[in-house]
Amino acid sequence: MCNSRGEVVLEARNFSRSYGEVKAVREVSFSVLRGEIFGLIGPDGGGKTTLLRSLVSLLSIEKGELFFEGRSVAREPELVRRRIGYMPQRFSLYQDLTVEENLRFFGDLFDVDRKEAEGRIEELYGFSGLKPFSRRRAGALSGGMKQKLALSCMLVHSPRVIVLDEPTFGVDPVSRSEFWQILFRLREGGTTILVSTAYMDEAGLCDRVGLMYGGRILASDAPELLNSRFPRDLYGIRTGQPHLVLDALEESRLCGDCHLFGEGVHLTLEENRSPGEVEACLRERNLGWTFFGPVKPGIEDLFLLLMKGEGHGD
Amino acid sequence: MGIREGSAAVEVRELTKRFGDFTAVDRVSFTVGKGEIFGFLGANGAGKTTTIRMLCGLLAPSGGEGSVAGYDIIGEYGKIKGRIGYMSQKFSLYNDLTVGENIEFYGGIYGLTPGEIRDRSGELFAIIGLEELKGKLTASLPMGWKQRLALCAGLIHDPAIIFLDEPTSGVDPLSRRNFWKLIYRLSDMGKTVFVTTHYMDEAEYCHRLSIMKGGRILEMDSPHALKGKYGAQNMQEVFLASLKEGS
Ligand SMILES: Nc1ncnc2c1ncn2[C@@H]1O[C@H](COP(=O)(O)OP(=O)(O)OP(=O)(O)O)[C@@H](O)[C@H]1O
Ligand SMILES: [Mg+2]
Repeated sequence: MCNSRGEVVLEARNFSRSYGEVKAVREVSFSVLRGEIFGLIGPDGGGKTTLLRSLVSLLSIEKGELFFEGRSVAREPELVRRRIGYMPQRFSLYQDLTVEENLRFFGDLFDVDRKEAEGRIEELYGFSGLKPFSRRRAGALSGGMKQKLALSCMLVHSPRVIVLDEPTFGVDPVSRSEFWQILFRLREGGTTILVSTAYMDEAGLCDRVGLMYGGRILASDAPELLNSRFPRDLYGIRTGQPHLVLDALEESRLCGDCHLFGEGVHLTLEENRSPGEVEACLRERNLGWTFFGPVKPGIEDLFLLLMKGEGHGD
Repeated sequence: MGIREGSAAVEVRELTKRFGDFTAVDRVSFTVGKGEIFGFLGANGAGKTTTIRMLCGLLAPSGGEGSVAGYDIIGEYGKIKGRIGYMSQKFSLYNDLTVGENIEFYGGIYGLTPGEIRDRSGELFAIIGLEELKGKLTASLPMGWKQRLALCAGLIHDPAIIFLDEPTSGVDPLSRRNFWKLIYRLSDMGKTVFVTTHYMDEAEYCHRLSIMKGGRILEMDSPHALKGKYGAQNMQEVFLASLKEGS
């Protein structure tokens, strides 16, 4: 579990990285502690991949500093590559090898004892559900199945520190929760995990998270503490017609922010506006609802708000 | 080009796809009405992409039958092509072309004249909000904009039905919502939207949806009816419960 005075395993200090004119990462500082799951949460293009690739020494360092267990990543790239298990976003599986051959291959590559690898592979099948497909070529797997195989390949060996770039991209909700069970088990065994994801709901599963957008970490903390940083009263409406309700509220100018949230909308009120006015507005248009009242903000609410502050929202 | 008079947008019966001795899509039957937003949900490897590829004429079925826009998916593919748009799981855009050039390229594929491309893309850019980015290199666009460009490319020939395979994976929360506003807009214009997603909040926005696993359709109904059936608060719960039951 997260230990606030724990040892720092990975650290970025004022790190920036550009590609030509595009500033991919801007002055990012953060650290990952021994034995925790740290989540970089944000959409594609937010800078997560550049940051992770730099941390595992695959990109030259332009500005700022990166450290692994207190040693400079720039000065000791070999050490970093040997000691960190890294799963890139576009992991290149061997498309012509079968599922099982890929798993064995990566076991051998990382010098895992054959016997030990077999046990591990069985365990990983449990999560991936790929056992019935063990003899299928990787190239013929569905999008999500490829992703699960890539992840399994990286987990055949058991590095003490792992860095995973969007491991659950395109993975279905059931498999995502099974995958997180594996991460929890690894954490229990003392593994330190840095993981990136575009699924906001996965933030709640991390010990600490950084919300990343437009190359910056906009906020970083334990997820429950981040949620409480939402600065205004948030209301939720549950309705059978979320789009019509949204349109009505956007037109009414009663709301500061107003967003679709599954079976309803979340909103904040414009200054000097009251919930009663919102109800009246909906009634006037014959729009029904099954719930209207204050709700607790989640990471996605906060993210939408921070994005707006960055001026990048469209 | 529209849907044939009196026909559903998509209709399949016992549609099946086998790869060797493995059955990826196993006798699925469903109908999608004109103007409907149909959510095609399911576990990884359930057969969603395979089904879509059969409906778009990219893959020959091993059994069963189907029609898209009122035309037979096996015998009348030539009539279907111009009536559908397809945005694949990995959007295929040319990174080294500008936004405008990508659209011209796709317009050309569909046999539009330069004049038609100009008119049509002007209209689409206004709806989708790409006007100011026309001269930008595609590679430099943020993910959310690439996704809109891919949608634009799929709509350039004014198809009646659009197939979207995981259009919002990896996209930021605001762009995701804006994308769904566009989907609603398309549906209001009478277009049929056939969409897959792994985001369960997006499942709520569909008029009707199916849940697939192992090549079979487990459930098909409106989000409201499905939540009722499972006594669930939201689609996430429905999804988890139905897959569990179906295994
Ligand atoms: N060319 C092929 N040869 C053999 N098997 C294939 C081929 N193409 C697809 N399959 C198999 O068909 C099944 C269905 O795959 P499909 O891509 O349709 O799934 P999906 O529902 O789209 O999954 P995802 O949510 O992961 O994208 C999978 O088991 C896949 O491995
Ligand atoms: Mg698919």
